[in-house]
Amino acid sequence: MRGQVIMEASFALSCPLPLTRHKTIVLGHGSGGRLTAQLIRDLFLPAFDNPVLRKLDDQAVLDVGRARIALTTDSFVVTPLFFPGGDIGRLAVNGTVNDLAMSGARPLFLTAAFILEEGLPMEELARVTQSMSLAAAEAGVAIVTGDTKVVSHGSADKLFITTAGVGLVPDSVSISASNAKPGDVVIVSGPIGDHGMAVWSMREGIDLGGSLRSDTAPLNTLVDAMIQAGDVHVLRDPTRGGLGTSLCEIAGSSDTGIELEANAIPVRDEVKAASEILGMDPLFVANEGKLVAMVAESDADAILHAMRAIPEGRDAQRIGRVVSEHPGVVLMKTEIGGSRIVDVPFAEQLPRIC
Amino acid sequence: MKYLDEYRDRKIAEKLVSEIKRTMTRPWTIMEICGGQTHSIVKYGLDQLLPEGVELVHGPGCPVCVTPLEMIDRAHAIAHRSDVIFCSFGDMLRVPGSDGDLFQVKAGGGDIRIVYSPVDCLRIAMANPASKVVFFAVGFETTAPANAMAVWQAKAQGIRKFSVLVSHVMVPPAIEGILRSPENRVQGFLGPGHVCAVMGYREYAPIAARYKVPIVISGFEPLDLLEGTLMAIRQLEQRRAEVENQYGRTVCPDGNPQAQTMIHRVFQVCDRNWRGIGTIPKSGYRLNPEFQDHDAERIFDVEAIHSMEPPTCLSGKILSGLKKPHDCPAFGNPCTPQTPLGATMVSAEGACAAYYNYGRRGPCVGR
Repeated sequence: MRGQVIMEASFALSCPLPLTRHKTIVLGHGSGGRLTAQLIRDLFLPAFDNPVLRKLDDQAVLDVGRARIALTTDSFVVTPLFFPGGDIGRLAVNGTVNDLAMSGARPLFLTAAFILEEGLPMEELARVTQSMSLAAAEAGVAIVTGDTKVVSHGSADKLFITTAGVGLVPDSVSISASNAKPGDVVIVSGPIGDHGMAVWSMREGIDLGGSLRSDTAPLNTLVDAMIQAGDVHVLRDPTRGGLGTSLCEIAGSSDTGIELEANAIPVRDEVKAASEILGMDPLFVANEGKLVAMVAESDADAILHAMRAIPEGRDAQRIGRVVSEHPGVVLMKTEIGGSRIVDVPFAEQLPRIC
Repeated sequence: MKYLDEYRDRKIAEKLVSEIKRTMTRPWTIMEICGGQTHSIVKYGLDQLLPEGVELVHGPGCPVCVTPLEMIDRAHAIAHRSDVIFCSFGDMLRVPGSDGDLFQVKAGGGDIRIVYSPVDCLRIAMANPASKVVFFAVGFETTAPANAMAVWQAKAQGIRKFSVLVSHVMVPPAIEGILRSPENRVQGFLGPGHVCAVMGYREYAPIAARYKVPIVISGFEPLDLLEGTLMAIRQLEQRRAEVENQYGRTVCPDGNPQAQTMIHRVFQVCDRNWRGIGTIPKSGYRLNPEFQDHDAERIFDVEAIHSMEPPTCLSGKILSGLKKPHDCPAFGNPCTPQTPLGATMVSAEGACAAYYNYGRRGPCVGR
């Protein structure tokens, strides 16, 4: 969500009116890339400005009475509604649970609002609802209030769901995208790009010939185990925009550099193959059950050990380090020993011609 | 992963680099033709690994980049129509015309669809008999056979509402254009692997001989490009100027005869305007008159649309290997992938966009 430091600098020089090319909303404004960041920074932030929002975290952490609570909301629009490994209902619960968990909060209560398109088969809605119920039970949260609206045929794509959630942040925990420190170890909880590629292959009817499934999963148990095991500075779930975008946001927020090893980043063969065919980069493909963490170097082994003991963290890997050099910039050592900058894409990735 | 990892091996890369170093006695300037090759070079940081004195300059082989502005504007004029479903490869959607890109046409109500094969458009046409389905047929010899196949099938099956907006270009005339320029400084080429998979490489032999320049048909993986560079430098050092094939696992001398037959059945050679470069005689394809019922330019009467490029853009010089992206005063400011002024910034394969996206913002990072 947060714009990047290097881009901030070049925008200031080059692009005083970044929205002028767009008199209307285009799909890229929802991509999680630079267009989204521009929209938030230029339209939403000035309108709603306050110190909590200004942090542009995926959740707000608030002091209410003697409690520290985390509050978040997320909307879910996905075609198709059902895909290998999950469905819109499971995404809607896990997405909000994970946004809470990334502040170190214990998720407690969720809301659910449904926008239904006239003509949606009741059976599909029932399947989605059932799936939400199971996901909530799995994550240990209760859906405690909600809302229902129906719009005429053609005014929505079958079913949109908005969930909001609250959780309690333990006193001892201080996790934020701005807390990365030079020397920290960068850990990813498993192979990247599964969700984005699974949904893409289903939507486009292209069979990747493997067992590719969305990775949608609640990460609160994993986060609990990590916090117990050691000093966790930063947590992010790299959803829309992918791991690359999250790392750029963290580097910008913490004003540190990040150095990645391309060979260390886990990517399944099916995702690699699809990325090669389409000319896309798995670094910028969505995940729905992965997290990236910056942890104190002295605790990294203990935290990795704790992660690997839990199904959601079984394939956790060290992928790089936080450094004091090149603040705001993510560098990657390439497979053959060269180096390159990892930067936030402009909008969604597009399949290349050849 | 099979067929990928073995071409991205760090140890072999180091061996090839030291072999290049051992072979060289003086500096050489080599151009890779394809945008895909440029993309790999910058993505993997190959140019940083190469010894001092090997300069890679980036060629005109990016189909998105060289599609002229007026063709983009013609596409937009057609795509705006309420009776049209406009189909395109994905990366053409963000290419700016004189007034916005296809995403903005879509936001304004245009029915724009990304397809992975032009033949998909025939299915769309059959499923939507009330609409006219138009495919934006751009690219080099690589995409031409499938595009030709879609037109041929449409005619054979009587799908009259399918048409193509053709902006096809060919590699050999572009190479000759570069070599004929009095300012040319390219001494050897990494030839276009996938174009040659279709066309073979016999037509490059006369060019190598006439201009005394080595052409090594190369693949797209890091080791392909390093090996291709080594082969080109060996030729240069030995004063040879031949066509060699580094990409033997994909390319054979005669290419794919069936694909060539399909191209020649549906298309004829014509002059083409290249974005940033200008008109090159006999450098592209248009539909044969036999297929004119499927010619979108004729059907929608857009041939009169002509457009002017912004004057500050250096993309013509970059596409001819005369300049590097950061030689351009507009690079990064005001020209960015969000606000591109010209050809080479618009596509991920364009040299300027590749430099920008992989962080080559200053003049000294690469060589």
